[in-house]
Amino acid sequence: MTSLSQNHRTIGLVAAVGLLTVLCVFVFTGTGFVDTLAFIGLLFTVFLATDHDSIDAKTGSFIVAFVLLGVLPFIGLRNTFYLDVAIQVGIYAVLALGLNIVVGFAGLLDLGFIAFFAVGAYLWAILSSPHGGELLGAWFPMAGDSFFLIAIIAIFVAAGAGALLGLPVLRLKGDYLAIVTLGFGEVIRVLANNLDKPVNITNGPQGIPGIAQPLTSVAATLANSGVPAFKWQTVVYYLIVLGLVGLAIMANWRLDRSKIGRSWVAIREDEIAAQAMGVPLLKTKLIAFATGAAFAGVMGVLFSAKQTFVSPESFDFNQSIGVLAMIVLGGLGSIRGAIVGAALVTVLNLQVLKSLSTVLNDLRASGFEILGWSFANLPSQFEPSKYERLIFGLILIAMMLLRPKGLVPTVRRTISARNVEGATP
Amino acid sequence: MSFSIFFELLPSTLADGLVLGLLYASIALGYTMVYGVLGLINFAHSEIFMVGAIVAVEVLTYVLLGSGLHPLLQLLFAMTIAAAVAAALAGLAERVAYRPLRRSNAPKLAPLITAIGISLFLQDAVRFVESLFGQFIRPFPSIPFFDDMIQVSSTLSVPMKSVVILVVAGAMLGGLTYTVNRTRLGKAIRAVATDRTAASLMGINVNRIVLQTFLIGGALAGVAGTLYALQFGRVDPFTGFIPGLKAFTAAVLGGIGSIPGAMVGGILLGLLEMLIGTFVPLLTDNAIGTEYKDIFAFGILILILILKPSGLMGRSSTEKV
Repeated sequence: MTSLSQNHRTIGLVAAVGLLTVLCVFVFTGTGFVDTLAFIGLLFTVFLATDHDSIDAKTGSFIVAFVLLGVLPFIGLRNTFYLDVAIQVGIYAVLALGLNIVVGFAGLLDLGFIAFFAVGAYLWAILSSPHGGELLGAWFPMAGDSFFLIAIIAIFVAAGAGALLGLPVLRLKGDYLAIVTLGFGEVIRVLANNLDKPVNITNGPQGIPGIAQPLTSVAATLANSGVPAFKWQTVVYYLIVLGLVGLAIMANWRLDRSKIGRSWVAIREDEIAAQAMGVPLLKTKLIAFATGAAFAGVMGVLFSAKQTFVSPESFDFNQSIGVLAMIVLGGLGSIRGAIVGAALVTVLNLQVLKSLSTVLNDLRASGFEILGWSFANLPSQFEPSKYERLIFGLILIAMMLLRPKGLVPTVRRTISARNVEGATP
Repeated sequence: MSFSIFFELLPSTLADGLVLGLLYASIALGYTMVYGVLGLINFAHSEIFMVGAIVAVEVLTYVLLGSGLHPLLQLLFAMTIAAAVAAALAGLAERVAYRPLRRSNAPKLAPLITAIGISLFLQDAVRFVESLFGQFIRPFPSIPFFDDMIQVSSTLSVPMKSVVILVVAGAMLGGLTYTVNRTRLGKAIRAVATDRTAASLMGINVNRIVLQTFLIGGALAGVAGTLYALQFGRVDPFTGFIPGLKAFTAAVLGGIGSIPGAMVGGILLGLLEMLIGTFVPLLTDNAIGTEYKDIFAFGILILILILKPSGLMGRSSTEKV
């Protein structure tokens, strides 16, 4: 019975994917409002396809692979904007998965999460830019392809930074921890802003330009096919991000099911009870903090390589809140939720709000009237793309009041003696 | 650095530090009130403070300037309106975003997240409204009276506004202490803070008392906002963030939940910050500039939390198992 309706839904989804693929590839190739909707529809099919309760698992995986590996790069080669959006979604998805460990699993509200992202970003920026060459001497800047080595090193550097912050502050309870991490985020930003004297490390508010990119030779080779190298470079990033998202999901999934994952949840639910049951509080919290930070560190390296430029602006409080909004929206503690939240918020910021602004501006310019009220009267300050904070704020409040478990609530696995391996019935 | 510069700068630095400290303290009072009763850090407090500051500036600019009233009366009037608006806003936040969460069995993090939501919403909402009327960075109208210098001693003269801040902040502390310790409302607030269930069994309407606490906290934020605008001369929708964080630091330093603690913590933090901001650049030949004073403030916060989590004047809480 269920399988019959599951079959129907699977067939429907395949048809939808086909239709949207055709639309995206042949009709809506620009960045207008309808094009945006078609693109979002395509992303939405990926989300539906991962719901293995209602869609056949095999077909679902096939759809995900088809859209992510087939359609998106193809669209992206024509219009790199879509690929840029997908890369941003990927970066934020990994950040959200990292913060999900800290806030969602372990229940430690970290409001300075983006600081670890900044650590990774500045690490690569300094090692691989002409500025870093002046600072560090003859062996620098490093070649672009050492990106992968540094990305691995960044895992440890960021985790170390997480442990360093965590060690003194993790004894604190929820609210205090929130404020201290907020302060830490601010400290990192102030440092990035001011460490241009006495020794110029971060180049201050001007930021560091000219950061090296990995695999440029691959992109250059592929450019012989007629499509310019910078588009191939975007595809390269896209594939790297895709790989990292896959790794992050896997890590999250494994951690969630491991002993440490259970300890995190125990601490989140009741610290004292967990302690009484023999969970070492500080150590368990530290591991959560460091793991989350490690996720952010890697993505920081990728972010600075992708942008080829970093400045303190990219790492302010709003970024931390943005990632928090993603996991709250998706559902605290839910892996699929974190990714959905990341996709929704990123697409909302980059595409929906921007195209809404454009639409409103066009209506204003044309003096379009609705029920006798002319759009020309719309104040020019009314630009949705400028008010993401307002929208984040409303999202946070509404979700907590109406759906505190998020859009894709986490499902708590129950474990009983019967289904433990090796248990005697 | 010669010692003569040090002694020349010391009195004015201390005076500036005291004024800054009083500002932090006046914001911290609101945090402490709410925390004392609910155990909740009202994250939106810094934005309510910001709204108060902007309302005061607007009222002064558009209503009172050129009205011929005495500058002090003008300020008092603007302060009252700012306090009323801020109190209304704090009350609204309580009703919309905190009370429903108290009723439902919401997770521990929920009120903190709605509080962040309110504060983000307020920042952009104020920015939107302000930008409808032009620039969203608003200067405090220049009223010469507040810039009059008063000669305190041969080496120290302070502007009138510092005296105003001293007096108003003192009045806030006095009034609040009186309200909490001597009035019927204060008694009810203390009862709710001690044990919400027991208080409700004794016939106290807990929700009403919590709302009133928020109203008082909001009004304090409004007054503090006015003082802040007076001292720093300009406000914008993002004014609240850093002072709010500092005020929280001050509240923790003094022992969050303790009213005199908030005052002492604020003044200490202000003094430290001014001393560091003035003398560290001098000592290090500007290698470490004034910008780093924020880092010192958070360093102090972390240190205090590690060494004495209950703060200087707070009571330590024991966990019941």
